[in-house]
Amino acid sequence: MDKTQLLLGLALALFALGLLGVIVRRNVLVMLMCMELMLNGVNLSLVTFSQQAGTTAGAVLVFLIFVVATVEIALAIPIVLLLVRDKRTLDLGAYSDLKG
Amino acid sequence: MTGTLTLIVLLPLLGFLLNGVLATQLGGNRVGKRFVTVVGCGLPLASFALVLQALAQLQSGDWKPLVEVAYRWALIGDSRFEIAFYFDRLTAVMALIVTGVGSVIHIYSVGYMAHDKSFGRFFAYLNLFLFFMLLLVLGRSLLVLFVGWEGVGLASYLLIGFWFDDLANARAGKKAFITNRIGDAGFLLGMFLLYHAVGTLDMDRINAAFNTAGGAVPAVSASLVGILLFIGASGKSAQIPLHVWLPDAMAGPTPVSALIHAATMVTAGVYLVARMSGVYLHAPEASAVIAIVGVSTAFLAATVALVQNDIKKVLAYSTVSQLGFMFLALGVGAYGVAIFHVMTHAFFKACLFLGAGSVIHALGGEQDLRKMGGLARRVPVTFTTFAIATAAIAGIPPLAGFFSKDEILWYAFASSRGGSVLLWGVAAATALMTAFYMTRLLWLAFLGTSRMTPEVEHHVHESPWSMTGVLVLLAGLSAVGGFIALPHFLEPLLPLPAVNEHLHAFETPLLVVSVVLAASGVALAAWLFGGDPARPAALRERFATAHRWLSGKYFVDELYERVIGRPLVWVSDRVFLRLGDRALLDGTLDGLAALGQRSAGWLARVQTGQLHLYAGLVLAGIVGALIWSWRHV
Repeated sequence: MDKTQLLLGLALALFALGLLGVIVRRNVLVMLMCMELMLNGVNLSLVTFSQQAGTTAGAVLVFLIFVVATVEIALAIPIVLLLVRDKRTLDLGAYSDLKG
Repeated sequence: MTGTLTLIVLLPLLGFLLNGVLATQLGGNRVGKRFVTVVGCGLPLASFALVLQALAQLQSGDWKPLVEVAYRWALIGDSRFEIAFYFDRLTAVMALIVTGVGSVIHIYSVGYMAHDKSFGRFFAYLNLFLFFMLLLVLGRSLLVLFVGWEGVGLASYLLIGFWFDDLANARAGKKAFITNRIGDAGFLLGMFLLYHAVGTLDMDRINAAFNTAGGAVPAVSASLVGILLFIGASGKSAQIPLHVWLPDAMAGPTPVSALIHAATMVTAGVYLVARMSGVYLHAPEASAVIAIVGVSTAFLAATVALVQNDIKKVLAYSTVSQLGFMFLALGVGAYGVAIFHVMTHAFFKACLFLGAGSVIHALGGEQDLRKMGGLARRVPVTFTTFAIATAAIAGIPPLAGFFSKDEILWYAFASSRGGSVLLWGVAAATALMTAFYMTRLLWLAFLGTSRMTPEVEHHVHESPWSMTGVLVLLAGLSAVGGFIALPHFLEPLLPLPAVNEHLHAFETPLLVVSVVLAASGVALAAWLFGGDPARPAALRERFATAHRWLSGKYFVDELYERVIGRPLVWVSDRVFLRLGDRALLDGTLDGLAALGQRSAGWLARVQTGQLHLYAGLVLAGIVGALIWSWRHV
């Protein structure tokens, strides 16, 4: 198993862990962190492929994703704060007001 | 082009617009009765003067028809549809009757409607009627004639239902309109056929085409066209079986009955057939149908008129009967004679209706003959004029009705175009009945002892001069109108049919017979109603069944109700409303809506509001899409 395969396997594991966390965990903050995990899994795969292909495009894209992730968190945290102020809980099960 | 003909037609329209806008609720009753009177009567009189001027023009132009194109309606390929006016001898006669009799009836209405709250609306409608009627008689093409034809139907509808607060009047208006629609269907089909065959709707060209081709116009039989057009004419002119609307149309104000439902509009059918005589000359079958329908209408309507008790109903059936006479004349090819009778009938029937209006006015709205009597001395002018008009319609020489009716009888007997002894016999019996029922009417209303209630009797008064003056004028015309040799005047345009040679000897004897018939009708009625009141009662008892049938008007209305009205209601209700509308259309739409609602309710269960479920579903979706693309790419 060479280094590239190892890194891609790690990227896949990070993504799968993040996805699993988003689906099974109920704490909103933990879910946000799991999303970051997924993004970083993708980032890792991008730099790996970029290294392999010998171009810089993938590495540049990673910086873009960093920026987007930062902005996303900057928006998501205030939303979570507002939600918590309303119901005094971080449990997502309490926020099912939009059921059909 | 001087524009005279266009102006003749447009002046009454101007009157309609002025009165209709300024003197009604629409314009907030801006003007008073004086303005309405001046506009409403002045413009028809101006039209009348212009018709006289056009007649002079026609005469100085060696009787060459005047043609005036007012507007090109449509140009489709080579076919032109123009609003063109055509003025020849026949148009001149009809236009003179329409504007002349129309104008005096307008003047009469000023007195008759003086206390009506919708004075302005009434004159607006009357002017509207005149506009459409003039369009009808002046139009060169069948299309323009048809516009006028429908327009007078509309005006008639509006005026029958003039006092629409009473539901019966509104119903009568609807009945007139709908019955006319049936006739119009035939008229339209006839027009389509003619256009298909001849390629033009201008009536002079159609007549010329039929004449030059010797009746063998390709692709269409003259009789078929003739019968279709006659269906239209029989609707407008109240011939059997479409006569039912005219007696009900008496629900309108009496001047309307005189103008529209006696003197002018109902003769439009006669005018149409006379105008299309070029077609009918080559349609012996259609002519035979017209003669038979005409004479049976004349006969049956006269029998009904024998026993009616409403003064206007008697006159209405008498009108139907006289129209039957006119169609009889048309059927035997004596077109000019039919127009002659149109004219004399316009004089004496307008006089009779207006006289009846004067009586109704005097009695404060009473129309029942059984509650009149002895009015002769109370309303002398009305009585005198009414008596003259009665003598005229009864056919007493030398009044107008005698001449025209005698000519009709003569041609019904001797015309080489389908005259026969049978037609003459039925028509002569009808003439006898005419004399009888008119004398009965005169006697019951004006002579004998009074049967009025005291408070009605107290208020009896002679009508104002604007009404009696018109009565005197029309009575004068009824007296001397027969001396106008109208058939002779029209002969270059509407040649009289040849008379069977061997029948010439009968002319004088028949003349004597018709005079004797008229006199005996009058005498019979005078004997029956002038003496003991028990006499007519005994006669009624004796022929109770016949009397029931006659006073029930042969139960034609009831028959139509049974045979046409009720099945139509049943089909409309069951098939169209319940099955078609409610079950099929509403059912389909309701079903679709219910389907959407139910499936939405079922799908809504997925929307739990749980973010995890949504995320899981998104995951499942992505995985599914990946698997699918892996399989298929």
